[in-house]
Amino acid sequence: MGEKKEWHSVTLDQDICKGCTNCLKNCPTQAIRIQNSKAKILKERCIDCGVCIRVCPYHAKKAVTDSLDIPDTYKYKVALIAPAFYGQFSRAENIGMILSAVRKMGFDDVFEVARGAQAISERTRELLESGELLKPTISSACPAVVKLITIRFPNLISHIIPLKAPMEIAAAMARREAVKKTGLKPEEIAIIFVSPCAAKATEVRLAKTDGKSDVDFVVSMKEVYLKMAQQIGKMTEEDIDRGSVSGKESILWAVSGGEANATHTERNISVDGIDNVIRVLEDMDDEKLKDIDYIEALACPGGCVGGPLTAENNFVARSRLSALVKSIADVGESVDSDIGAAWDRPIVYRPVMKLNTDMKRAMEMIMKIDEFCENLPGLDCGSCGSPSCRCFAEDVVKGYANPDDCVFRLKERMLDFKEKYEKLMEERSEQDEG
Amino acid sequence: MADGLKLHFDVDGTDFTVAGECSSKVKKTLKQLGFDPELIRRVAIAMYEGEINMVIHANGGTIDVEISPESVVVILKDTGPGIPDLDKAMQEGFSTASNTVRELGFGAGMGLPNMKKYTDKMEVDTVPGVGTTVTLSVIV
Repeated sequence: MGEKKEWHSVTLDQDICKGCTNCLKNCPTQAIRIQNSKAKILKERCIDCGVCIRVCPYHAKKAVTDSLDIPDTYKYKVALIAPAFYGQFSRAENIGMILSAVRKMGFDDVFEVARGAQAISERTRELLESGELLKPTISSACPAVVKLITIRFPNLISHIIPLKAPMEIAAAMARREAVKKTGLKPEEIAIIFVSPCAAKATEVRLAKTDGKSDVDFVVSMKEVYLKMAQQIGKMTEEDIDRGSVSGKESILWAVSGGEANATHTERNISVDGIDNVIRVLEDMDDEKLKDIDYIEALACPGGCVGGPLTAENNFVARSRLSALVKSIADVGESVDSDIGAAWDRPIVYRPVMKLNTDMKRAMEMIMKIDEFCENLPGLDCGSCGSPSCRCFAEDVVKGYANPDDCVFRLKERMLDFKEKYEKLMEERSEQDEG
Repeated sequence: MADGLKLHFDVDGTDFTVAGECSSKVKKTLKQLGFDPELIRRVAIAMYEGEINMVIHANGGTIDVEISPESVVVILKDTGPGIPDLDKAMQEGFSTASNTVRELGFGAGMGLPNMKKYTDKMEVDTVPGVGTTVTLSVIV
């Protein structure tokens, strides 16, 4: 489907893929098919949630991110650190140690995404109080969830809070601060986001084509993890040249519940894990959540600490984070309130589930799908290459799959053939005898 | 094509937790057909209310949905106790639901009023002791 600018961070390494059904069965938007023993991602349906990266036993699913080799045209490099990063290191005694170690890895400066989160929390509270927002209001922080809404929940688009994600705001703040410090031109400064997730990489790449992202590069947490762990191991007291200027509230955005807590609303929902998110959004779509003010919805289990590009498991990371913020104030140093936080891209419905542009034709297709479905075993085994029997029927009617791709149907037909053959043979021998 | 697409559902009257499954399926089908999201929302909410009513009051029933490019018609049929006073039942907040049902968060007296509000036409055919048929139409 010729969607323009359909670029995804989540990709497949064809050589490693065995064509097993792990990603197929777990993809929340049914965006994967297996064809000729290789997985294939249907780009228009992919929301970059990263579930397939997490479940692939062969590590064939990957996230394309930038490398740490930043071009020389940039004179000053600022690392933008998401708070989920703080929970990755067993030997880090405080956040200052982590930030100092990042700088020692070859950056000129470090900026905390949590400062952007603080700005967004402040603006969110203002908007919620103003009464301008539709309730329940949905967070815009998780790009995979926003994308999910655009393909599956068109009626909820107007409930998404019209604010940028903390990463974007923090990037703008970081650039502004760097210009002030160095006197360089804004374009001479590289803002490098160290990301826990693939969806951020996709979001930045797309926004950059419109000139609307302040993030210049996205590198994966996994990629810098080893170097960082070694660096932290070598750190002494004197090496720590900075501390965190963020508050507990905004650092805990990294874990499920943190962002919702910072809204100071009484009736909010924190939901994490994409399947759980879908359940909550379905309830909201059915107007069952009218008593809720705010919904924090994060695609990854446990929140951003559970991102597919993190190195540590999310339970350990959560525990470390709560230890690190123990001695920190609730709210950090005040942040620029005049930084443009309003969302600058329209969020539009993408009807990717639509069968055909001609409704009459689509109706005929549904009838055929229902009819074909009747003859399928209903096991949803995935052997045919589609995630469920229903989906297989859709693929067959659309012309993307062959009816004989169903092994059970094929078996039945072969048994049928065998029976007929045996009967024929029997008749023949009777004739011969006669 | 003669009459458009027809869908049929049997609603189980014993399980609250599955009430709403039929309207979810219809919602998915309407999305696949490319209907306007706002129309889908109206059909889904009205149908969901009807489905819940069937479970609360009538021990289940059947739902037939007739879809054409011009309209979506939902026919909810049950063999329950019927509605003794339809005018009252149409008032917002009036409910005959039991306390148990109310404790589950249903029975707010918005069922029929919402079904009327979200559709273009609603016909109720009810006979005490025999059953109720509600026909909901949403015009494209």
